[in-house]
Amino acid sequence: MTAGLLLSRAMPLVILALAWEAAARSGMVSEYALPSLSSIAASFVKLAGSDLYYHTARSIWRGLLAFVVAVPLGIASGILIAWFLPVRILLKPVLQCLYPMPKSALIPLTIIWLGIGDASKISLIFLGTLVPIVMSAFNGARGVDQTLLWTARSLGATEREVLWEVVVPAALPEIMNGIRTALALCFILMVSAELIIANDGIGYLINLLGEAGDYAGMFAGVITISAIGFAADRACVALTRWLLAWRE
Amino acid sequence: MSAVPAVAATADHAAVATQGIAISGVTHEYRPPRGRPVLALDDISLDVPEREFIALLGPSGCGKSTLLYLVGGFMPLQQGSIVVGGRPIRAPGPDRGIVFQNFALFPWKTVRQNVLYGLEKRGIPRDERLHRAQHFIDLVHLTGFEDSYPSQLSGGMKQRVAIARTLATEPDTLLMDEPFGALDAQTRTIMQDELLSIWRRSPTTVVFVTHDVREAVLLASRVAVMTARPGRLKEIVDTDFGEADSAEVQRSREYADKVDYIWSLVREEAIKAGAGGHL
Repeated sequence: MTAGLLLSRAMPLVILALAWEAAARSGMVSEYALPSLSSIAASFVKLAGSDLYYHTARSIWRGLLAFVVAVPLGIASGILIAWFLPVRILLKPVLQCLYPMPKSALIPLTIIWLGIGDASKISLIFLGTLVPIVMSAFNGARGVDQTLLWTARSLGATEREVLWEVVVPAALPEIMNGIRTALALCFILMVSAELIIANDGIGYLINLLGEAGDYAGMFAGVITISAIGFAADRACVALTRWLLAWRE
Repeated sequence: MSAVPAVAATADHAAVATQGIAISGVTHEYRPPRGRPVLALDDISLDVPEREFIALLGPSGCGKSTLLYLVGGFMPLQQGSIVVGGRPIRAPGPDRGIVFQNFALFPWKTVRQNVLYGLEKRGIPRDERLHRAQHFIDLVHLTGFEDSYPSQLSGGMKQRVAIARTLATEPDTLLMDEPFGALDAQTRTIMQDELLSIWRRSPTTVVFVTHDVREAVLLASRVAVMTARPGRLKEIVDTDFGEADSAEVQRSREYADKVDYIWSLVREEAIKAGAGGHL
């Protein structure tokens, strides 16, 4: 990316930041509702020197663990549901029920079952990210062009080879879409679960600072996790581009 | 060349047909999950001698592709029998190569990787594999595009890759499902010439499905005209012009007469099929 392009992309954000700062400093809005960016930056520096890193790391660890398990398991089950009729009969209704369910509604339940620690958070994020990945792998595998399957078979591929060498790569674009959706959900569920009840994590920290009236600190927390979410999404997009370079 | 005359089903011919394709009494019905079953093929019997280039011609929906897919073993045979090279068809196999209208290239594989795929499946040693793949890439004039992905190629080039991929495994029978149907007129003409010259150099049994009368007459030694749904064989027309150059053939009186005659056979069917004269 050229410097010019980078600048033109960043420009709207710079303008927004300047407007924010001006609005906050001019006293047009209350500093409780919208602390100035400079005070948020000061809070960030202060928090970074104390426990911001710890809470962020705790959250990321939860999200990452759940996500790392959900991705391979989701891909495998989506493809198996698409490919094997008995698996489809068994699991598709379960999937159809889980799909529209708001996973955040399970937060109180997971806490009753698994306590307020890591187990409840990780299992919630796991379930929430698993579903879109399974769906995308299922749709991707079901949507494979029949002539590709026939071609592979006629060239001498066994059914196992057709699955690995045709169905999986053909489903990959759809799977990567599902993974990107799952990644966003991962952050949403992680912070939601921690906001409701937790002992640590970025959601817990945001809540704590809010209750203490440190609004600039609260904003610093929100911006920190948002920036990490943004970076994760860009990384996912870059990975997708690299994996699907053949699409051009 | 193998100018096998169109013979009626005599005892002698049956012996020849065991080396080619013997289709007898094939009836096929599509059973959609909802709605009434559709009879696509009704009691088709057809013998294709080894190394013959035969075209299946008919209006859209006449079941010509269905018949091709049954020979390919892609769909289960409901009724009748199909014997290719003396063996009844049960499943797809590398003895019958297929080329589809939509190319069916693996988009995540380069040209070379696509052509190599069937050779890998046959367990050919690496060096020979690469050598053979290169030979067939050169044969279809794609030298220099070995490392391109299908998305970087034109329609004509994609179909060349598909043809090279199929030819590379040296199938005894080549099944082609409207292979040039998605190409522009100029590319189609060039591809027809190339296919014909490849086939003349190393004749294999070819079953070529098309709805283009001129293409069928130009390429095939015999044209099997099918009726509109349900598909039956209407007539088999001899269209062998020997080794003549295709441009010359197309200027000849005989060619024009054959095209007219076959067109008169299919026009009726096309109208019946509701295609309004479009084949």
